[in-house]
This record gives sequence, C-alpha cells and structure tokens, in this order.
Amino acid sequence: MTGLHRIELTVNGNPQDCEIEARMTLADCLREKLNMTGTHLGCEHGVCGAGTVLVDGVAGRSCLMFAVQAVDAEITTIEGLARDGKLSALQQAFHDNFALQCGFCTPGFLTTAEAFLAENPVPTRAEVQRAISGNICRCTGYVSIVDAILDAAERLRAESTP
Amino acid sequence: MKPPKFDYYAPTDIDGALALIAEHGEDARFLAGGQSLVPMMNFRIAAPAALIDLNRIPALRGIRVDDAGSLHIGAMTRTRQLETDPEIAAANPLLHAAAAHIAHVQIRNRGTLGGSLAHADPAAELPGIALVCDAEILLHGPNGKRTVASDSFFDGVFSTAIADDEMITEIIFPPWPNQRRWGFQEISRRDGDFAMIGIAACFDIGGDGLIAGARLAAIGAGDTPLRLTSGEAVLTGQAPGQALFTDAAFAAIDDLRPGNDIHASAAYRREVGGVLVERVLTEAWGRAL
Amino acid sequence: MTGTAHKYIGKSVKRLEDERLLTGTGAYVDDLKLPGMAVMAILRSPHAHARIRGIDLSAARALPGVIDAFSAADIGPELPLIPIRLAPFEGFERFLQPPIAVGKVRYVGEPVAVVIASDRYVAEDALELIDIDLDPISAVTGIEQAVAGDVLIHEDAGENMGSRYTVGRGDAEAAFADAAYTRRERFVTNRHSAAPMETRGLIAEFDAGIPLLRLHGATKVTYFNRRHLAVAFDLPEAAVELIETDVGGGFGVRGELYPEDYLVPIASRRTGRPVKWIEDRRENLMATNHSRDIVCDLEIAATADGGILAMRATVQGDMGAYIRTNGGVVASRAAQFLPGPYRVPSFSCDVQFLITNKTPVGTLRGPGRFEANFCRERMLDLMADDLGIDPAELRLRNLLEPAELPYRIGELVPGDVNATFDPGDYPSALRRVLAEIGYDDWKDRQGDIIDGRAVGLGIACFIESSAAGPPETARITAAPDGGIEIRTGASSVGQGTETGLAQIGAEYLGIDIDRIGVLHGSSTLLASGGGTFHSRNTVMAGNAVRLAAEALRDRCVELASLRWNTEADELSYRDGAVHRPDEAAAEPLTLAELATFARSRGGKETLSADAAFENEGKLSYSYGAHAALVAVDVATGVVEVKRYVLAEEIGRALNPALVIGQAIGGMMQGLGGTLLDHMVYDEDGQLLTGSFADYLLPTSANLPDITAIALEEFPSEFNPMGFKGAGEGGIVAVAAAIGNAVALALKPHSIVINELPLTPDRLRALLRAVGA
Repeated sequence: MTGLHRIELTVNGNPQDCEIEARMTLADCLREKLNMTGTHLGCEHGVCGAGTVLVDGVAGRSCLMFAVQAVDAEITTIEGLARDGKLSALQQAFHDNFALQCGFCTPGFLTTAEAFLAENPVPTRAEVQRAISGNICRCTGYVSIVDAILDAAERLRAESTP
Repeated sequence: MKPPKFDYYAPTDIDGALALIAEHGEDARFLAGGQSLVPMMNFRIAAPAALIDLNRIPALRGIRVDDAGSLHIGAMTRTRQLETDPEIAAANPLLHAAAAHIAHVQIRNRGTLGGSLAHADPAAELPGIALVCDAEILLHGPNGKRTVASDSFFDGVFSTAIADDEMITEIIFPPWPNQRRWGFQEISRRDGDFAMIGIAACFDIGGDGLIAGARLAAIGAGDTPLRLTSGEAVLTGQAPGQALFTDAAFAAIDDLRPGNDIHASAAYRREVGGVLVERVLTEAWGRAL
Repeated sequence: MTGTAHKYIGKSVKRLEDERLLTGTGAYVDDLKLPGMAVMAILRSPHAHARIRGIDLSAARALPGVIDAFSAADIGPELPLIPIRLAPFEGFERFLQPPIAVGKVRYVGEPVAVVIASDRYVAEDALELIDIDLDPISAVTGIEQAVAGDVLIHEDAGENMGSRYTVGRGDAEAAFADAAYTRRERFVTNRHSAAPMETRGLIAEFDAGIPLLRLHGATKVTYFNRRHLAVAFDLPEAAVELIETDVGGGFGVRGELYPEDYLVPIASRRTGRPVKWIEDRRENLMATNHSRDIVCDLEIAATADGGILAMRATVQGDMGAYIRTNGGVVASRAAQFLPGPYRVPSFSCDVQFLITNKTPVGTLRGPGRFEANFCRERMLDLMADDLGIDPAELRLRNLLEPAELPYRIGELVPGDVNATFDPGDYPSALRRVLAEIGYDDWKDRQGDIIDGRAVGLGIACFIESSAAGPPETARITAAPDGGIEIRTGASSVGQGTETGLAQIGAEYLGIDIDRIGVLHGSSTLLASGGGTFHSRNTVMAGNAVRLAAEALRDRCVELASLRWNTEADELSYRDGAVHRPDEAAAEPLTLAELATFARSRGGKETLSADAAFENEGKLSYSYGAHAALVAVDVATGVVEVKRYVLAEEIGRALNPALVIGQAIGGMMQGLGGTLLDHMVYDEDGQLLTGSFADYLLPTSANLPDITAIALEEFPSEFNPMGFKGAGEGGIVAVAAAIGNAVALALKPHSIVINELPLTPDRLRALLRAVGA
C-alpha cells in the first residue's frame, strides 16, 4: 500500500482518526496529528525512553513504531493516566517525592512505571532501579523517581486492601 | 531524524510475506520488532523502499517443545517472552537467562528472536546463544523450507545465510539435558548496552565425572559470534576444576578475532574475553541444579 | 510584618510546576503549533574542515512540500556574528561565528544550508537533495596540533591561539625554588556536554511590516539575547519578543545565542510565515555547545610535611572552531579554581584557548570547576601518597581555616580583582562528609579485595561561586480576585523557579501560596532582566521578589491610609492585609480589596510593585566536600560507585527538597562525566559519538547509595535571606572524588589516573602496561 493511509487508533480508550504516511512514527502521529504532545521525543532512536507509551499495556518506544502498526492496539499515553481528572497514584507519588524537575522525561517514566507496577506490584528497590534503567533523566539523578515508584506501589496496595 | 518514504505491507501469512519479498527484492526489508531497523531508518542509514511488516502473521509466533525435547520458537517471539516464559526457562535456561541482558524492557517488549538473528549484530546476545546451543534456523523461501545450522548461519557483520527471497520462520533449540551446566556473562559500558565482550558456555559432566559436549561462544569479539573451539578442546574429557578453566581460557583467547571501537580496544576484548571464559566456566560448574 | 502562618521559606513545598508536567499538558516549544507554521531543517557540514566550492539548492527547492531553501549566498553578504557575552578575552574577536558557513566549514555540524518545508519529514527529504561541493582540508583535532599552527582554521587570525594570559598571586617561582617537595603531572579532562532530555528548538514569527520578531523557545538570558537579535535584525528592541516556554533542562548549554537563533528568524522573514526548528538528537550532539575539554599541566610545591607552598599550571582549553557567547569561561574558571578552598600562598597559571575543528565550547554546569577539582584533588592524593600522609589529614592541614576568611583570592581571572571567599568553615564540611561515609572504617583498607573487587574511598573538597551577573527584576501584582502574579526576569529550565519564587512571595506577603502564579523568562514580562546562569536564581530572582513584596506591602499601606483617611504610620501590613491599630474600627483591608480600591481611583491604578536586586558583584561561595566509595573489578576494569556522600554549604535552603534534588542530579551528571560521557573525534574531525548508542549517559543502573547534605551554617552576608547558589555543588567534585577512589582502589598497581573518562578500556590498558 503506498501513499497515505487512513487509520483509526485507540488512544486512552478513545478512537482517533487520522491520515498519515506509513513512515510517520507513532510518536509523531500522537504529537502532530492527534495533538497529544505529552509523549516526548528525546532521541528518536529508542534509547532515551521519553517517548515510551503503552501498547496493549506493554511499554514500548513510540519512536520505533510506525503509526500504521498500532491500528489494532490500545495505546496508553501520559494523557490517559489520570482518571476523572484525578492524578493516578504514580502521578501523585511523583509529585509528593519531587520525582520531576524539567518534566521532559517524565511521561516515559510514568508509562514505564505504570506497566511495571501492574506486573510487579511489590517490587524491591533494586527491581525498580532495573525496571527504569531504560529511561534517561538528566535532572533528578533518579533517586526521587525510585522513591516515588516504591511509594506508589505502597499506595496501590493500600488502596486495593479492603 | 525522520525516516525516508517507504511502501508499507502487512501480510497475514508466510506465503504473503514471501510473495512480497520476491516482488520487491533487495529494495524491501522485513519489519520484525523494529528495535534495530527503525533506528537505522530514522538515521537514514537504512532506506528500504518497501517494509513488509511481519507482526500480523500468527504462524510466526508461538513456542512448543516437541516429543524429542527440542524447543521450537517462532521467529516473531518477543525477547521479553524468552525472559519471562517458564516453559522456555525449563527448556533452555541459558537462553532464558541471556535474554534478560538484552537492552531494556521496552526494547525486549518489541524485539524478536528472529529479528535479532537476522540482524546479526556481532555484539548481540541471541546470535551467541543460538551458536553455543547449536540451534537451527528454519528458513522459508519460494522453493520451500531449509534448515541452517547456527554455525553456518552468521557470515559477517550484519550478514547471514538468509537468501534475498527467504525469511526465518522458526528457531529450533536442541533438547537440553536438565543436568547441563551453563553460564553467560558480558561486559558492557552500562547495563543493557551492547556487550564489549560476552561469553556463553555450556557443558555436561558424564557419569565418569569428565566434561563432555563443551561449548564456548563469544560475542563482541569478531564479525560474528564465535565458537571458541580451542577452549572447548581443552575442556573435553577432563575433570572440571579451576586450573582446567584457566587453561581453557588461555586457549580460547586464540579464537577471538576482536576489533577496536570507541568503547574497547581489541586488546581489551581479547584479555577480558579470557577472564570471562574462566568466570563463566566457574559459574557453570558451581551452578546448583 | 508577617504573622506566624504563611512560613514557606525553608520548607520543602511541593512544586507548582508539577500538575501540567505530570499530565502531559506542559508546553515545551515543540508542543506549540501556530497557524501557517512551516518547519525548518539544517544541512550541516559533514566535514570538519573544508572549503565550500558550491552549494546547489535547486533540487531541494523543487521538491513538493518545500517552501524555501537558502545558504550564505542567499542571505549575505553582511551576516551578523554571534557576540561574546562572558569572558571576552583579547583575541577572541578574530574567531566569532556567523550563523551559516561562509566560504569554509570549520566543524562537523556547522550549518551550511537551510530548508523550510511543510513538515520535518519533507524537510529532511529535501536535505538529501542538496548538492554541496566541499574541498576537504586537513583537520586540526588536538591541542598540540592547534598550537603548532601548521594548519590555520581562521586564516586571517594567523594562529589557532584564541587568547592567552597569565594570572597568579604571590611568588610561585620563589616558592618552587625553595620547596622541599614538588611534583608535576599532566591531567586531561574529557570533552563532554549536557545532553538535556529536550533538544533545542525555536519558533520564529517575523513580521517585517509591524515590525515584530517573536521567538519562542528562548531561555536563560532572554534580555541579553533580545538586545543582540534586535541589532542583528536592525529592529528596535521593543519589536523583538523572546518567549520562554516550558524547558527540558539547561545545564548551561541551552539559551545561549547559537547560529539557529539567527537562521530561524531569517527563515520566517523570507517565507512570511512562522517557522519552527527542532533540533534532533543527532544535531544536538554535534551542534550544541561542548565543554570540559581541558589539558592541565600542574605542579605543586610543598613543605616536607605537606604544607602547600605554591601551585603552577598551564591550562589549555580546546575551544572548538569558534568562540561563542561563553567566551573563555571554561578554561578561565579551570585556572581560577585550581587552588580551590586551600591555603595556596603562591599560584601562577598560563591559560591558553586553542581553536580546533570541533564543535564550539561553552559552559556546562560548574564550568571549569569540575576540571580544576579533578586536577587539584588528584594531585593532592599523589602528594599524600608521596609524603606518607593520610589524604584527609593532608586536606585538613591545607584547607583555609574560618579565621582566614574572608580571603581575597587575587586576580585569577583578568579584570576580576575583588573575588573574595566569604566566611565559612571548610574543614568542618569535610569532617562532616568523612563521618557520614565512615572514612575511618575505610582508610586502612584502600586497595583491599572485598568480594573479588578492589575497594577505594576517595575524597575531594571544592569551592564554588554563585550569583554573578546583572541585576534581577521582579514585579508583583495583586488582582481584585485575590490572585497574586509574580513576574521575574529570571528563567526556569526545570529547576523549580516558579515554586521557589512563590515561596518567597507568599511568605513576604503573608498569604497562602496557592494564590500565587509565577511568570518567568519571556522578555515581554518586564522591561529588563538578568537571566539564569551560575546558580543565581534563588539569590538574585529570590531577593528581587522579596524587594518587590516589601514594596508592594508599602504601597498597600499607602493605599489603605488613603482609603481610611488615616496616617500611614499608624497602619501595619501583615498576613495579606493592612491592619488598623484599633482592630474594632474596621476590618483589615486585604490585598484583593486594596487592588479593587486602586482600580477604582481616578488613575485606575494596578496594585503592583517593581523591584530589582543588585549583587554589586559580591559573589558568595558555596563550598563542601565529596566522598566516593568504589569497587573496581581489576580484571575487567569495570568501576562501580557503591556509596557517595556530598555536603554543600549553601547558606540557607529555600526549599530543601529542591536543593537535595539539585545535588543528587548534579552528582549523577558528574558520575556520567567521570565514567561515561565523552565526545570522541577521529583524526579527521569526525564526531564518533553521534548518537545515544555511543554518547553514554548514566542511568538508574549506575546509582550508588547517595547521601546529599545541605549545610546552612554560614548564610550569605550579601543578601538578607542568606541564600547562596545551590545548583552546581553536586557536580563539581565528582570526577575528583571518584578519580581518587579508583586510584586508591588500584593503589597496589601504581598506575596513573590522570585522564577522564575512567573507562574499563582505559583502566585495563593502564593495568596491562604494568603487568596487572
């Protein structure tokens, strides 16, 4: 198939239509066509993690996928993490633990951590450090991010405990 | 860093994929996980005119252990599954352990076994594991299927035995005796980076207490993953022990063919390759089974 | 004044900035889309040194979707030159950079041509169609080569020596002649850069008719940049607007004037549309300022029991191909900070700035200090080893004592005659760090093998200036709805400026912090501003806000006295309102009510106050110490930093959590600069580290167990709130501490740790050479 592709993506639970070239990355499609600029471009070669999104709940680099590949998937971005205008446990924990400074890497850390905690709700500090080692931050030095993820894990456990 | 234009195809079966590659020839590339190919396209180092997306072909996914105990892994199996699947952990613990070293979780979520072998980066883990395990690569082409042994599969930097009109569909790992000793270690600049040098080893200890089936492989030490046959020869038929492992390491260094790059010199790779051979053999021998 | 409530200074107030950043609703420059906006891409030189024979843009221009393309020939002949803002040493004026290559290219990454298109994908397609004919010249890629001058990079200059001077104090020659102990070493610090997560970006709206040039994506020194861009484009300053968006990290490299700050406006002027340019990472690594590329030949002279008598050095800075806005800051501060917080009666330094065919050099967090500390602290450990003195003991003997402060350090930068270390207690900070890391437990185990690895504990002391530069401005406005708006001339690059200034404003106005909004950086906010560099925001912008708050309170009292028709000196302001002495007579008048009142008067006054804070060049000095515990795998050369302690005297913490965040963030950047980051060039001047696969940044996998301590024992005497800058102390001594730790871990092998980064390859090469 050549030229423009008319596609429908499901982003944060909502169907989104757009017309794009096959070469448009998922990151660029989100940012340029769907006006969801929360997913950031830090390197465009899959190293920095700022563009991490969830594809069917699984963390992946949106700069390394083409939008045409994402048509049958549920995409979750940072814009979809808060529910009913309320910050998620992770977002709140990042705020409470000063886990962001310039905020540019933050979307990638939040989506990565969201997927990580869904899979490992009772992580050790070392496991958290390993889980986020594919995301680069230049400002915080990571300690507060690790603290925030551990804090969020505790809050989620407390929430789910009847 | 935007990729150049290409025509995009998403076949749903193997024949469809083969028909497309036959039609477009060397202007086309298969798109597996995309974790190696897409960065190259974003840098415009790779500029295929056509991309054939393999992610919608169910026949390329799935794992099974056959009656003989061989582990069959679909080419589009994600490396994350190699890392987490208990069936794979049981059927080949070395493959399972090595997969955890690959890059980072986001990469492993998308990257595939078939893609890694086809890409054939000399410092990648999976080609080295395939080699040390004597895995076979099943290729489909217009004239049917053929199997290539891993020690004939890698023929140069980013170069394999896959013909222009073929694709990998499955990788077959031989049965793994559950008493087999194994180990894998690599040295990289940071966790998840490509190995400057890495060593994989496995061997069996016979009823006579002597080493049989010794296999040693190196990554990052040549144009392809390398079997360190000189080291294997020292191990074969001997009782395991520290002195033997030191001798094997010394011999194995001769089989390394490292180059220089900004991260490590050839001298580093040679020297540390030897160190890792010793450490990996010690680790393998000491592993509780 | 203020009541007991509304105390925010010194508290770890949660950040005002977070909500938008956590929900993906921040507005970084690439998030902005303007109607009719086009996108620009730059063709950058693939050669380090070449003559331009021809540039053919015809195929690029013809590509559908391309709006325009240009090179120097299309916009010349008079091109502005990027000015020097800091450290303009004599001779530099010969090496200034035009915004696009003219006749010659001098570094890989230098802009050669520009394409403007409907989107970035098309623009990059067009770049591939540009035909440039370059005649390569031999590249100058090292300091010795530059000094030799066989190949000149700027022919008219006649040399590759940008500038050169000597500074000092005392009589170094005499001291060396008589000294019982001397040692000489050569140190090399690695070229590296900031690599903020957000690359640079600009959107220009140039309407020549109005006239108006509006540039989004500016930061750091917007008022300075506005002044120069106005001149460059022959516009009145009022016609130039520099707009600050959310910024993804600065670290010294973002916000300076670069070629693109001229090219993007030119593109907009030519096309009559807004034009956006976003640097991609490949560009960022080759086009954004590099730093730290220093060779230092250092000698020390001391008494037989380790009392420093003198230091003598040659500092050579590899400046890259042009001198840009930061002038000679890097090498000049490397020289200035060589003696550090120690008693060094005599000092002499020959400082040289060499031009090479590499990316131009500018400031990076703690410029020159990171390098100086590495050289000096390594030298102190070598001296300690030679003389058989414990490294901590040696430092305690030589650190300036509190009684010796204030201490005039001498003219160690030409023209800077008044630099004076203000009061403090350097030995106490070191002792704090030694205690925290358990120095006594480790000092006799240096080089021991524990769990298969060699262990070492290294220490380093530092001193760091802050808050230099022009006055900072603020305006506080009270609205009738109760909202309070603070405007500052300072910028935010992500460090929490909004929160910090809101804390000060809230406390001095005695109100709830939730009522405050802070606008920063854009040149449209205030008539002038100083900008954000040298960790000056808390000191300069913070005190400007304090002054504005005090002035606003005074205005409130004046307005209340009019409203109540009473004498002003009977009234008092506290807790957000003006009070009468006899409370029963009337309710206090709140800021909101006074704002309403002011509006209702004949002049329709807005209730606001402006202020400026001037430091009068009185820098305050943060100081402290770092300690690193490392484990080295001797057989593989892999270094793990297991534990790290740092203490920094910062006068007073405005927001302790933010201060600690700066310290830890700086420490990890410093760890990268010591073990990982390196801009590597080959002998043809090709940048080999052109992606994040090769230019390596630290990740969470590199984390040691870190303790960062903010000391508040010596508030600055130069501002009533006692603040000192706290943004750079975390980074400046990391290479020094880790370098010393690695050297001590490898003590039994007697290798020379004098060059960064400390990679496994380098360490093994050193060990191999001694048979280890």
